[in-house]
Amino acid sequence: MAWNEPGKGDNPWNSGGGGKNQGPPDLDKVVRDLQRKVSGIFGGRGKSGGSGGSGGGKAAGAGLGLIGAAAVVLWLLSGFYQVEEAERGVVLQFGAFHDVTMPGLHWHIPYPVQTVETVNVSQVDSFTHSTRMLTADENIVSVDLRVQYRRADARAYLFNVRSPEETLGDVTETAIREVVGKSTLDFVLTEGRTQVAASAREIIQSTLDAYGTGIEITSVNLEDSNFPSQVEAAVQDAIKAREDKDRLALEAEAYANDVVPRARGNAARLLENAEAYRAQVVAEAEGESDRFLALLAEYQRAPDVTRQRLYYETMEQVLGGASKVLLDAEGSGTLMYLPIEELMKRAGAGASTNVSDPAEQSSRGTRRQTERESTSDLRSRGTR
Amino acid sequence: MSARATYLLLAVVVAALVLSMSVFIVDEREYALKLRFGEIVRLDYEPGLHFKTPFVNTVRKFDNRVLTRENPNEPFLTAEKKNLRVDFYVKWRIIDPGQYFRATGGDERLATSRLLEIMKDGLRAQFARQTVQEVVTADRRDVITEIMDTAGVTARELGIEIVDVRIKTLDLPADVSESVFNRMRQERARVASQLRAEGAEEAERIRSDADRQRTVIIAEAQRDSQRIRGAGDARAADIYAEAFDRDAEFYNFWRSMQAFRTSIGRGDDVLVIEPEGEFFRYLKSPGGEPR
Repeated sequence: MAWNEPGKGDNPWNSGGGGKNQGPPDLDKVVRDLQRKVSGIFGGRGKSGGSGGSGGGKAAGAGLGLIGAAAVVLWLLSGFYQVEEAERGVVLQFGAFHDVTMPGLHWHIPYPVQTVETVNVSQVDSFTHSTRMLTADENIVSVDLRVQYRRADARAYLFNVRSPEETLGDVTETAIREVVGKSTLDFVLTEGRTQVAASAREIIQSTLDAYGTGIEITSVNLEDSNFPSQVEAAVQDAIKAREDKDRLALEAEAYANDVVPRARGNAARLLENAEAYRAQVVAEAEGESDRFLALLAEYQRAPDVTRQRLYYETMEQVLGGASKVLLDAEGSGTLMYLPIEELMKRAGAGASTNVSDPAEQSSRGTRRQTERESTSDLRSRGTR
Repeated sequence: MSARATYLLLAVVVAALVLSMSVFIVDEREYALKLRFGEIVRLDYEPGLHFKTPFVNTVRKFDNRVLTRENPNEPFLTAEKKNLRVDFYVKWRIIDPGQYFRATGGDERLATSRLLEIMKDGLRAQFARQTVQEVVTADRRDVITEIMDTAGVTARELGIEIVDVRIKTLDLPADVSESVFNRMRQERARVASQLRAEGAEEAERIRSDADRQRTVIIAEAQRDSQRIRGAGDARAADIYAEAFDRDAEFYNFWRSMQAFRTSIGRGDDVLVIEPEGEFFRYLKSPGGEPR
């Protein structure tokens, strides 16, 4: 941008000197034109200078004339100035506004007759205004407002207000304070951000227009609105609390996701156990009844013998394995002493197992065991 | 160089000097007053080149742009006796340079100081009627207009026009700020504890719902399992009944025999038996006469 070009002042809109740009690159033609012009305007004066010299030495007169002419040429050359693409030149004649010139190379009647001040009308400048202020609900909020502007009207910018930039700063402060002062803290911090910026922009622009600063606001952004640093810790804690809330819910979800499927698994086990039990008892019933029916068929062929045989076999087995005392006490009339304890002890020592049907035993055992298992299993899962 | 030429040169220099003292430039941004020995003789100058009599006339120039006067850090009491620190600025402009010069001698600070006093009084009266909150939220347009009107009278006497009055900053004193911060912290703490409690609520809801589901699932499974077991038992009973009904008496005998085997004479049983009955029929005599 023209802003940073060497040979110019820091502030293009302030640099009266920037207009008096010496030595544009292609001067020859212009100088020649100029000389013609100059000789037209100031020719009389130059001649009079020469005639004044004629009273003394001709050489001295010629020398003086030459120096005079050179001075005049230099003076005229100082009237050249360049207006950059982004700029407008404001020409003053004896301090009075004369003309606004467009970008390009121009010439003005040199100082002190005319002066030029250039203003950059396209360059968008910005500043960030950070401040802390009260909201409508008596809270304090920190606000960073970024304002972008350009000096749209060069003439107004130069002539209407002393230090327009400073005025812009003042107006910005006033505007944001006015807008925030009418809003609640939550509004400024959350959904109202764009609205705050828009309202501020409106106020800034209308106020600047009222003063006639010639400045146009191109954008106003609420870059940041936040709690003041003094309450930062509490704010952070509130943010953490929000995360804690989510975390608690998630933990509970995790618990639910653990418990419910397990319960479904346990339920499936219960049902399967029940199905197993049903199949088992039915199978047992079938087996037992088939065994009975088979035996019954034989029994019906020879009932008495079979019955006797079964009876004796049973008794043989029952009595055969156990310790026993046979008492034929009829008519003895005496009181007998039986040392049961001792007998039991002996029986225990020489215990002979007396298993009538191992297959049956084991099957019944298993059934009982299964039932116990299922209930205990259920209990243990349930407490988890 | 001859004496004549020297005189001529001197005359030219003197003429230039006199000329330079006889002209003055009025800038676009300026008012100018021409004084003759301190008395105003002309004040309606347009910007441009103008003439004066050297030594007799002097020229005073004043800015004709909008000017700013700031009044920083003025304490104002509100209705609840809180001190607010207020910065405000006045935008003003000279409209009658003659009056301005007569009244102030051209001193900007002097001119605006009187205006500021009037405005401070106006604002002070306004603030004293309002609470801090009202001051902050109030639409000050009316108040400002009123103050500008009041100050306007004085301003006209000074040859000045008041363009605008604006409050720039409005700050609470440090101790009040601290109490505001405390309140804000409390408010945040309230929000935080509410959020945490809500989290606990939600968690409890989810957990208890899960527990309920578990209980219901298990209970229903137990119900179904009992039904299935019952069905199994019923089926088994049916099978048994069907088979054993063929000869109930023999079944009783056979089952009884089985029961003996599994219940009597096992392990450490000690049987005390009177040797009678069918089994002992031949114990005492080979004839097996029953007694």
